[in-house]
Amino acid sequence: MRTPFTVRLIQSMPRSGWIALAIFAAITWIGIPAAHLMLPESSPLHLSAYTISLLGKILCYMVVAVAMDLIWGYAGILSLGHGLFFALGGYAFGMYLMRQIGRDGSYGSDLPDFMVFLDWKELPWYWAGSDSFLWAIFLAMALPGVVAFIFGYFAFRSRIKGVYFSIITQALTYAAMLLFFRNETGFGGNNGFTDFKRILGYSITSPEMRVTLFALSAALLVACLILGRYLVSSRFGRVLTAIRDAESRVMFIGYNPLHYKLFIWTLSAVLCGLAGALYVPQVGIINPSEMSPANSIELAVWVAVGGRGTLIGAVLGAGIVNLAKSYFTVTVPEYWPFFLGFLFIAVTLYLPDGVVGLWRKLRARKGPDSAGVSETAVRKASETENTTPANSSANGARA
Amino acid sequence: MMQTTDIERAANESTANAGNLREQWESEATTSHLVTGELDLSHNVILYLDDITVSFDGFRALNKLSLAIDAGELRCIIGPNGAGKTTMMDVITGKTRPDEGKAFFGQTIDLTRMTEPQIAHAGIGRKFQKPTIFEKHTAFENLELAMKADKRVRRSLFASLFDDERDRISDVLKQIRLDKEADRSAGLLSHGQKQWLEIGMLLMQEPRLLLLDEPVAGMTDDETERTAELFVSLAGKHSLMVVEHDMAFVEALGGKVTVLCEGSVLAEGDLATVQADPRVIEVYLGR
Ligand SMILES: Nc1ncnc2c1ncn2[C@@H]1O[C@H](COP(=O)(O)OP(=O)(O)OP(=O)(O)O)[C@@H](O)[C@H]1O
Ligand SMILES: [Mg+2]
Repeated sequence: MRTPFTVRLIQSMPRSGWIALAIFAAITWIGIPAAHLMLPESSPLHLSAYTISLLGKILCYMVVAVAMDLIWGYAGILSLGHGLFFALGGYAFGMYLMRQIGRDGSYGSDLPDFMVFLDWKELPWYWAGSDSFLWAIFLAMALPGVVAFIFGYFAFRSRIKGVYFSIITQALTYAAMLLFFRNETGFGGNNGFTDFKRILGYSITSPEMRVTLFALSAALLVACLILGRYLVSSRFGRVLTAIRDAESRVMFIGYNPLHYKLFIWTLSAVLCGLAGALYVPQVGIINPSEMSPANSIELAVWVAVGGRGTLIGAVLGAGIVNLAKSYFTVTVPEYWPFFLGFLFIAVTLYLPDGVVGLWRKLRARKGPDSAGVSETAVRKASETENTTPANSSANGARA
Repeated sequence: MMQTTDIERAANESTANAGNLREQWESEATTSHLVTGELDLSHNVILYLDDITVSFDGFRALNKLSLAIDAGELRCIIGPNGAGKTTMMDVITGKTRPDEGKAFFGQTIDLTRMTEPQIAHAGIGRKFQKPTIFEKHTAFENLELAMKADKRVRRSLFASLFDDERDRISDVLKQIRLDKEADRSAGLLSHGQKQWLEIGMLLMQEPRLLLLDEPVAGMTDDETERTAELFVSLAGKHSLMVVEHDMAFVEALGGKVTVLCEGSVLAEGDLATVQADPRVIEVYLGR
């Protein structure tokens, strides 16, 4: 007798985890949209357009953090190029957004403004199909997926590991950034894409659209958490962590690590791409700076701060660092890089397992009956897993 | 008598399994065409090394080494440091390619043309001197991962244990006396228990030939004794090649002993005969 798939899917998360997810869904799909749309601006519970967009943006970052954690925390592969996959997803959807501007651009042409400016007469071939919404969604997944697959195939086949792998991923995103900076590449050069007007014909600045994008981001995060939870509790996940801890042994018992790494690496890139596609309409701009090496490093810092190797850690880390960042950029923007650097050093030295590790340590100290600490801690951790975004929304509202 | 029937049964089982294994490996391996076929034990020899030479920068670690292991045999390999024992295992498992000579698994499988994982799939399990287990996984999970199964990604995504697989894991846990530690992280086990867990992982792979490089290093006397019992009980159904410096352990195993020296076989026979051989005495005392 084997346990049926659906049962295993449900069992991959403790009951408290599902409850927390349901609460999170209720807050992000009903509570927050209602607070924006229904409550009058005078109400203390009213959420401004700025807050909704900020929270939506952070939800996208949380998805990226989960994707990053799958590859770094579970498979032990530190990517310092995940910003590239995020940006590629953003650009893929951004092309659609540019086409949706139609003739409302400043030149009144069918072509995007930057092409008119370059004196181009028609769309380059790779813009074909960019007026289709479905094609844009497909491209937002396929483009990062294909790039990751090809890059990963050669890197993993050559058994490039550890810091060497991290360095070439940095080089990859840097090279892509230089490429996208060029006007001739056909993606708007250093200005990138902006001034979006519509999605599927509906105004992008309407409160309904804003709330829809926010709710979709929350849905993507929920889906990622369920998928991630299933993966890491499956045999596949156990092979991944085995590869992280003793790769040669894994080969010796007959698994081919190349296939395992390639699968999770590509999946991780696809999730980043989707997050990027949802991010761009919410912030209203995409440009090559998203591919800057520093951005990708920041992603790793989120996961390190939250605690890698736990999905909740990734979500928490992305929330904490980004709320801190939006606070800093409003008050003392020039100190942000120093704070980020300090945070990374402090976490590396004192909190190797991040916030989640700290939480577990505190719990272990409190309860005398904590022989099975790690197990319960995991359970507890996934309990908080999904209430966190909700908390952060509350904080965000204040920010 | 008893032993022969066992071996025959094992040989039949292997014929049945080989098709599966081959199919599985062919889609997985990068060089799939090299799997030569099922294990042929018609001459009752499971491992056959002939005139193997391995040189490292002109230094001959193995020098025309010839050795044959019978199906179901428990063979001990002894010899001074640097005699080439580990190098010999490297050749058998595909880690090192010999400069000259032949290495056959059964009558037909040419080991010198296969990759390490292919050799593992063909039925040779190896335990390294330093225990390498998955420390973050539980003992149970370690065995689950090692279990003979379809090891492709798409299977692992949806795999769950069948009842008979679960039983098999429990059996091996009992055999290696870790049934009480099944759900503990392997990293928390004692050194001896880790060695045992690794032996258990080998058993889960259901290999036909087990290569064990200094398996009792770091074990207590009690653990050493129990390991000897375990190996003796495995012989017959499996074939074993054990490299060990601990003479009491070799004696407890009671099998045939091969003495390696400077890359070739110096003497072969039961332990008492070998120990009485003047050349062997000279090699050991000369050091
Ligand atoms: N990769 C290598 N490069 C150069 N020399 C090597 C290499 N591997 C082994 N050797 C040499 O080959 C000889 C045989 O080594 P091997 O490890 O097989 O000995 P051993 O019998 O296992 O010894 P021990 O009992 O110490 O484990 C040694 O002199 C060793 O230095
Ligand atoms: Mg050795």
